[in-house]
Amino acid sequence: MTSRIPWAPMARMAGRRALFAVPVLLAVTFGVFAIAAASPFDPVKAYAGTGGLTASEQTLDQLRANLGVDQPLITRWWDWLTGALGGDFGESMVMRQPVGQVIGERLGWSVLLAATAFLLAILIGTTLGVLAARRPGGWLDRAVTSLAYGLEAAPPFWLGLLAVWFFALKLGVLPAGGLTDTGSTVVSAGQVATHLVLPACVLAVSQLPWFVLYVRQSVGDALEEDPVRGARARGLAERTVLLGHALRSGLLPVLTLIGSRVPELITGALLVETVFSWPGIAAATVEAATSVDFPLLAALTVLATAAVLLGNLVADLLYGLADPRVGFDG
Amino acid sequence: MAEITEPAWRARGVRRRSTRTWRIRTSAVITLAVGLAVLLVPPLVQLDEQAVDLAAKLQPPSLAHPFGTDDVGRDLLLRCVYGLRVSLLVGLVAAVVATVIGTAVGAAAGAFGGRVDRLVMRLVDLFSSVPHLLLGIFIVAMFRPGVWPVVISVALTHWLSTARIVRAEVLSLRARPYVDAAISGGASRVRVAVRHLLPGVLPQAGLAAVLMVPHAVWHESALSFLGLGLPTHQASLGTLVQSARGSLLAGDWWPTLFPGLFIIVPTLAIAGLAGAWRERLNPRRRSELML
Repeated sequence: MTSRIPWAPMARMAGRRALFAVPVLLAVTFGVFAIAAASPFDPVKAYAGTGGLTASEQTLDQLRANLGVDQPLITRWWDWLTGALGGDFGESMVMRQPVGQVIGERLGWSVLLAATAFLLAILIGTTLGVLAARRPGGWLDRAVTSLAYGLEAAPPFWLGLLAVWFFALKLGVLPAGGLTDTGSTVVSAGQVATHLVLPACVLAVSQLPWFVLYVRQSVGDALEEDPVRGARARGLAERTVLLGHALRSGLLPVLTLIGSRVPELITGALLVETVFSWPGIAAATVEAATSVDFPLLAALTVLATAAVLLGNLVADLLYGLADPRVGFDG
Repeated sequence: MAEITEPAWRARGVRRRSTRTWRIRTSAVITLAVGLAVLLVPPLVQLDEQAVDLAAKLQPPSLAHPFGTDDVGRDLLLRCVYGLRVSLLVGLVAAVVATVIGTAVGAAAGAFGGRVDRLVMRLVDLFSSVPHLLLGIFIVAMFRPGVWPVVISVALTHWLSTARIVRAEVLSLRARPYVDAAISGGASRVRVAVRHLLPGVLPQAGLAAVLMVPHAVWHESALSFLGLGLPTHQASLGTLVQSARGSLLAGDWWPTLFPGLFIIVPTLAIAGLAGAWRERLNPRRRSELML
């Protein structure tokens, strides 16, 4: 089976996408600098903080020169770009440490949260979707579909807050936020696990509607197709037909599209990490935005764009693998 | 968002049709009620939604205060209606701006084709590569505070789907015989665009605009919740949830619960109506996904 994986066309597709990603990332970085240049925000005043109110014009000019803000837009962008290629994304003003270090310390926690949430969403979404597809129009189908629409309309931050109220305050079974208990100095796996439960579940629930509706649709369609009709005609048990035939062909397109869900996942993480004070990069993005920490915000925007492009590539590669008719031409 | 189409087996039965009618009627009633409430309550009721009454702070829902009161004794039902008014206004303006941008860009791409089309579609790809809420956060962070940065940030992240829809529609309309007939009849470019292409595109663009309103409200709420959206004196639904965090951590759930319901219920109602409209526009594509 492994020998049949078309490595060469896949590698060519990945190469083409990497080439395409270069102008996109360049344009995004330039756009970020252009927006900042057009805004009334003054990085010098932000850097100086309250000291900037009393500082002399001379000091501010000195600071302006030090930060390179007196340079034209193109020069600043180019300086940042050449620095970024060498791994230097500048200094985060709010965290008071290099941007690269901020990302390095926090990326892992975000990946842990997102991966757990995704896994949960796939498991629950597949179960509910299959249950709904089994009896279309039945009470279970209508209940699951309504729930999915309701959850899709519900803001994740609101769900998160209600979850905190119910599980952390009312029942007192789970911690309300953070990574470890307050006062604890070491990060132990057990503490991280209990602190992970609520944010991961809420993030999973915010991604759930798409999975449920898509699996329901996909499996429902597969139940109408010839292989399933053939399996039924051979007298196979309904359970075998559903799980062995309809689910197999119905779930594949859903799983391959997971990569294209990165933007929604980032949107959800921005809100969920903030609600639960999870020490990931999404919460750092919001902090950076609140205190207009441009170097950190710029780097995180570019990082998110790269993640989206990578997710799209993974989705297209998997889709081409799952359905050979599609190929790797995109 | 992916389209969920309904197979033939789903269309059978009278009960199905009656549930559909019921859904459309409920959606219409809720939408009408919400519209009347946000339009009429502020001028008619003449109550000050900012009126502080510390003696009545954090009261649970009761007959006098159906949604309870917040941490300075303001009536939450009144606050929610005012919040919805602000959120809907921001959402409507953002949706209109986004629809105008999307229709203009999509129509230009479809009508001119060639190099313009490729350039426009690259631009759409570019904007789709940045997660929308993140781009919104970035724009708002740089230009805040105020209402307009929020409107612009929501509009700038929402025109993409409209541009795609309008472009596809223009491309399909251009291939119709009556457009060929108009061109060979000597109609000018402008006349073809205004008389023959625009009327065909408008229903689709209008539908996209209606579906965009709840989405825009959702975005504005998220920005306001993060503390990056509207200033607190123009309380929106997101701001209400944000300012209720303190009370929630003290165990009082109602200041958080009700503003959220005020986001969900109108969203579902508008989506229900728009879904019915979409079925009439594209009868073959029975879609229910709205966000």
